[in-house]
Amino acid sequence: MHLAYPAVLSALLFCTGLYGVLARRNAILVLMSVELMLNAVNLNLVAFDVWLSKTAEETLHSGQALTLFTIAIAAAEIGIGLAIVLAVHRNRGTSDIDKLRDTAEGPGPDGSGSDLPDSDALTAEQAEKAEASA
Amino acid sequence: MTTTTLAVLVPLLPFLGAAAGLLLGRTAPGFVRPLAVLPTLAALVLAVLVAVRQGGDAAVDAATELTPTGSVPIELAVHIDGFAALVAVLVGVVASCVQIYSTGYLRDDPRYPSYAALVSLFTSAMLLVVYSGDLIVLLVGWEVMGICSYFLVGHYWETPEARAASIKAFLVTKLGDVPFLIGLFALAGDTGSFRITKILGAVAHGGLDHPTLIALLLLAGVAGKSAQFPLHTWLPDAMAGPTPVSALIHAATMVAAGVYFIARLLPVFETSSAAMVVLAVMAAVTMAGSGLAALAQDDIKRVLAYSTIGQLGYMTGALAVADRGAAVFHLLSHGAFKALLFLAAGAVIHAAGTNSLAAMSRMRNLRDRVPDAYWTMTVALLALAAIPPFSGFFSKESVLGAAEHVSTGHTEHAPAAAGWIVLLSGLLTALLTAAYAARLWLLAFRGRGADAPDHGRQPLTMTVVLWVLAVPSLALGGLTYRLLPDWFDGRDLTPTLTTSVLGTGLALIGGLVTYAAWRHTTALAARVPLGAVAAHPEGDAGLVEAEAIASHTPAYGNIAYAPDPADPGRLLLGPLHHSAAVGFHLDAVYRALFVRPVQAAASLVRFLDREVVDAYVRGAGALPRWLGAAVRRAQTGNVQTYVSALLAGTVVLAVAAVLVATGA
Repeated sequence: MHLAYPAVLSALLFCTGLYGVLARRNAILVLMSVELMLNAVNLNLVAFDVWLSKTAEETLHSGQALTLFTIAIAAAEIGIGLAIVLAVHRNRGTSDIDKLRDTAEGPGPDGSGSDLPDSDALTAEQAEKAEASA
Repeated sequence: MTTTTLAVLVPLLPFLGAAAGLLLGRTAPGFVRPLAVLPTLAALVLAVLVAVRQGGDAAVDAATELTPTGSVPIELAVHIDGFAALVAVLVGVVASCVQIYSTGYLRDDPRYPSYAALVSLFTSAMLLVVYSGDLIVLLVGWEVMGICSYFLVGHYWETPEARAASIKAFLVTKLGDVPFLIGLFALAGDTGSFRITKILGAVAHGGLDHPTLIALLLLAGVAGKSAQFPLHTWLPDAMAGPTPVSALIHAATMVAAGVYFIARLLPVFETSSAAMVVLAVMAAVTMAGSGLAALAQDDIKRVLAYSTIGQLGYMTGALAVADRGAAVFHLLSHGAFKALLFLAAGAVIHAAGTNSLAAMSRMRNLRDRVPDAYWTMTVALLALAAIPPFSGFFSKESVLGAAEHVSTGHTEHAPAAAGWIVLLSGLLTALLTAAYAARLWLLAFRGRGADAPDHGRQPLTMTVVLWVLAVPSLALGGLTYRLLPDWFDGRDLTPTLTTSVLGTGLALIGGLVTYAAWRHTTALAARVPLGAVAAHPEGDAGLVEAEAIASHTPAYGNIAYAPDPADPGRLLLGPLHHSAAVGFHLDAVYRALFVRPVQAAASLVRFLDREVVDAYVRGAGALPRWLGAAVRRAQTGNVQTYVSALLAGTVVLAVAAVLVATGA
């Protein structure tokens, strides 16, 4: 099989995952998209390992070993990620990423009281827009 | 011990007493009274010893230079001539009396330890000024007195009057001290030394290049310290301090320092006839103006304060006619009877529960409540009015005689104009002095109306010193006017017939006119009830006085004035009465001339600082703040936005890397 097929497939998978990470609002779907990207990388690793081992006299199949390693890491990561999502959901009643904006820059230290409702209204408006576009 | 050692100990003992009193006042309150009284008494004994050993002979001079200080050397020097020896004795007597009196006057005062220590320090500074033979050392004592007067006048700092008066006393005297300092430097620059003996030697050989300038600069400092026009305004307000402090400031220290300073350096002033005329005019304005103002005051202590200003005018007048013997003679006798007047006034205020003469004139039998104060104050007022044979007569006549001597053509030392100015204003002031002395006596001790409140006897410490001081008030002048010339410059101090007749006649006229006016107006007193007395008559005298001062303005509308139609001063002064009561509006003039411009300049500076300088500071802050606000917008809290930015950055970097690698 020509190397182009798995490479194109993995590129498609990676782009799908990237789109998911950037555009999905549900945290679980974002985690799934991360998995897609990881697996696109895994696919690449395996394909290129096989391609390299054709020409090499002797190989350790380090690509495939690294894939196994990545799968193990990904499993751990998804476990922790889902646990965080569960905890957040239990605390906040939602796992919508757009609504988890605790790190947003609030009204500045010199901001007066009148700035506060304004910026709140702004974020609420942005949230509405994001909801509409999703 | 040598005379020099004794002389060094005289100012040192009260200083050590003050230091010990300040250190031990809180931890060992039992030692405070001995520490206040004993060093001052010891200093008095030593001062008497020094005076006896000096004996009016050649001056005792000693100097030691601690360390070289550059061009003009500063030495720790004593210069004890007859003037210094006798003035030191006076300072010792008055300070000892004041310390003993204070133990009774402020016996329940919680701040007595610091008060007594500051009085000791004050005494020590004055003794330093008296004995010092070096002008810079003298200046040290001079300035220490300034700060001590600030603390002591502000002793009742709970009352706003005392706070204002202490700051005023400090600032006004400092206003004179700045030119004084420049004058000292100019003097040292011309003569090459700060030592009084060397300066006088240089002056005798014509070594003074700018005599008028130096004399006028020094005069400014003297006017501030000795409360001469136009810098006298702090002295009446300083009455907000405790009475013993007033006695100390008015009789022996502080105000005497200025007169004494001119007496020491009189040859410097004599080199400039312009300065002598200025001194004479200053003395004349001070004398006459203070006499009129004293006639209109309602506060018994303010009457005495204006009388001090007037008597200091006599002393500067004597100096203006180049007779320092007469000036210091009047300083000595005035010190005795003015200390007595103030200490007796303190007893009277305690007994009456008020410091207002209008209120006292509505009390019967006040003289029976304070018999000691009554009799001694009578003696002192007769001395003040210069009635023979009291001591004030001899000293005042020596001043008038000196002025007459100069005005009749003996103008080797002073211009004839100065003689005439001093003589005429001196005679006018003799009339006014007798008038206000009589008014004070009549209003305080010849009142009619309800019985004076009975607050019990004064403590023994307060009455004994009155009699001690009554002796010199009565007899000092008559006994010593023949002996003093040996101690002073040798000039005769015997009263001359012309001025004696004129002065005594005018004094008698003043007293009798006041008596007649009082007979005329006193009937009105019963019709206009007036008066407020202290809220805590059972407290110690200091408390009663503080309350009397604090309640004067609310009760009568003014600190210096009472709307009393029964006041003979009102009849005598006529339309002048109101302006005389407020010191001829000099405070208002100063307010318009100096206080308002300074306040306006301060508000201008505040405007420039807030609106101009701060505009740049705020502008420097505003730009980064706007940039920060713009950057802050990127912090939305949405993780996906951050990742998008990360992706964009990665793509840009990757494209750049590829472009660089391919060499495009």
